[in-house]
Amino acid sequence: MYVAVKGGEKAIDAAHDWLAKERRGDRAVAELSLAQIREQMSLAVNRVMAEGSLFDPDLAALAIKQARGDLIEAIFLIRAYRTTLPRLGASRPVDTGAMRCDRRISATFKDAPGGQVLGPTFDYTHRLAGLQTGGRGGRIRGRVPVCGDATDEAVPKPRITDILGRDGLIQDEPPGEAEPPDMTRAPMDYPAGRALRLQALTRGDEGFLLGMAYSTQRGYGRNHPFVGELRIGTVEVEMEVPELGEAVCVGELTLTECETVNQFAGSKIEPAQFTRGYGLVIGQTERKAISMALVDRALRWEELGEEDSGAPAQDAEFVLGHADNIQATGFLEHIKLPHYVDFQSELELVRRMRAEAAREAAE
Amino acid sequence: MVDGTTGIEARKGWMGLLARARPARLAELLDTLGERPAHAWLRAPEVGGVMVRGRMGGTGAPFNLGEMTVTRCSLRLDGGEVGHAHVQGRGKAHARDAAMVDALMQGSRASQVRAAVIGPLEAEEDARRQARAARAASTKVDFFTMVRGED
Amino acid sequence: MRTEALTGGFADAPVEAAQVFRATLEALARPGRIATVGGAEAPAPVSGAAAVLLLTLCDHETPLFLAPGHDGPEVRDWVSFHTGAPLVGREEATFALGHWPALAPLGAYRIGTPDYPDRSVSLIVEMEALAARGARLTGPGIETEAFLSLPETEAFRRNNARFPLGWDCFFTCGQSLAALPRSTRVEEA
Repeated sequence: MYVAVKGGEKAIDAAHDWLAKERRGDRAVAELSLAQIREQMSLAVNRVMAEGSLFDPDLAALAIKQARGDLIEAIFLIRAYRTTLPRLGASRPVDTGAMRCDRRISATFKDAPGGQVLGPTFDYTHRLAGLQTGGRGGRIRGRVPVCGDATDEAVPKPRITDILGRDGLIQDEPPGEAEPPDMTRAPMDYPAGRALRLQALTRGDEGFLLGMAYSTQRGYGRNHPFVGELRIGTVEVEMEVPELGEAVCVGELTLTECETVNQFAGSKIEPAQFTRGYGLVIGQTERKAISMALVDRALRWEELGEEDSGAPAQDAEFVLGHADNIQATGFLEHIKLPHYVDFQSELELVRRMRAEAAREAAE
Repeated sequence: MVDGTTGIEARKGWMGLLARARPARLAELLDTLGERPAHAWLRAPEVGGVMVRGRMGGTGAPFNLGEMTVTRCSLRLDGGEVGHAHVQGRGKAHARDAAMVDALMQGSRASQVRAAVIGPLEAEEDARRQARAARAASTKVDFFTMVRGED
Repeated sequence: MRTEALTGGFADAPVEAAQVFRATLEALARPGRIATVGGAEAPAPVSGAAAVLLLTLCDHETPLFLAPGHDGPEVRDWVSFHTGAPLVGREEATFALGHWPALAPLGAYRIGTPDYPDRSVSLIVEMEALAARGARLTGPGIETEAFLSLPETEAFRRNNARFPLGWDCFFTCGQSLAALPRSTRVEEA
């Protein structure tokens, strides 16, 4: 039961005032600009955009600054802002095959047509704090020249899964143009189809999805994933505009796409072949995209005719119902707010029960 | 007037270019044409969200990925040319400038606007993309599989 | 798209749409009361009141049915540019616009489900005249009784009988707007 409390306005004002001062920190240290956050904390910006479910780097940078770097608080700000926007429409599905790739790797084929492009990755760094930034902020080594030939980018980068698809070695991805459900417009409905699941996963909490994905690797609903392909880059977004009667490009955004290739033993009606898990996330968000692909694959057990091993990652209602960090933190954090009346009634109840027990014992 | 099938393709091209352009650079190039033409709003600049969609497995059925901010507007110049814009982000001035260029591209000053605004924006976007592609290409690797010992 | 289709929207959309929305809520809360609304203009035969209702209530997520008489290239273009609402048949519509006879058959529209009674159509009925006389209205939002010049009573009586399912109605004539939610009881005066 919720009971309103009154008062505390002065204390709240003072707390906000202090919060603003703490946000600013030591005034002897230069203040961060939004552009600095956007450019130099770009992976935090990416995470806030992905889980805030809104691509707008300037706004995400502002949210991070306002939230003092608390990314879930920043995501909260983005989600709240998002609800004030009139929906101008939905884009045509983006063509990730036409992505301008900063990074494109395959863990399954070393000679992937189109080549393996590492991009700006941490993968081969030494993970020794301070070695790269020199403690002086962004020391950029001058001796590695940009020697690549840009015309290389013209080399097509076909999907790795298409290579397997040509021989029928991987499950087909049936095309379609059905209007997908939108969880931001209609309440979640279980059982959730794959389109709804993917939407919930792509805006879900990175830590939660990472944990879920890791659990499948450790044997809870094991599905033996290989990263068939991981690509990061920009795609153009096109939308049908009624005044032109045509689709026009309304901008471009950075996406991370991960396709996993998973073992599948086959069933009575189907021969053995590989299956797919899919991750597509706003921004450069590699860990999240791989996690999403693993969890997507785990949630597909039913449609692929697999057994439900009872693993948490196979339970769509459990995964989708707990993946959203704003829902979760809202419910979690509300319990620290005044519950005085609720607690008084509990206290009274416990006292009465103890008194009754004592009386019974005495009799 | 830009019309017909070839016209619309060209128009889609510059509308996309204007949508992706850096707002300050677009304003700067537009300024080189002199005073902005007088216009009336058909739809005043409005910030909104566009739901971006992806496809399952990259090629399958669509799903909702998340939104992006887009600002749109429509205006009519005194000469009667109508310009539309849907631009990335929350820049109302960006949308106005884009719609203005779109309208001007349909009037008698089209070739002048192409040379002063569209051309440079195209070249700069190309250069940005080329530079990024070159950087990506410089991180292209060949992995060698080493033969593993059998002991 | 013709330039005529691009004109006639709100001059100050956030403010005007908020005013019309307020008037719309009032009309639904006080069935039978006639309000005056305006600020926009759609191609004929759409009334001024219907035009502002469309601008205020419709967007690309609210499929709209244009009944014969209102369906035509000018109205379609205007609706597409100003609201983005997809144009559909009666069965899929969340809003429908037309004269009463053209809106029939009423059985084709969505009336919601027990879990989601809101997933139903709102009819915007264009009227030749709109006055506070005719059918007798009683129910929520009406202290004693109200009267409204409805095109008939039987369809509204049946609609009320299946509450909480059913459709809701707006009546428009020139700049005048009235509403009749499904919760209102309707009988011959």
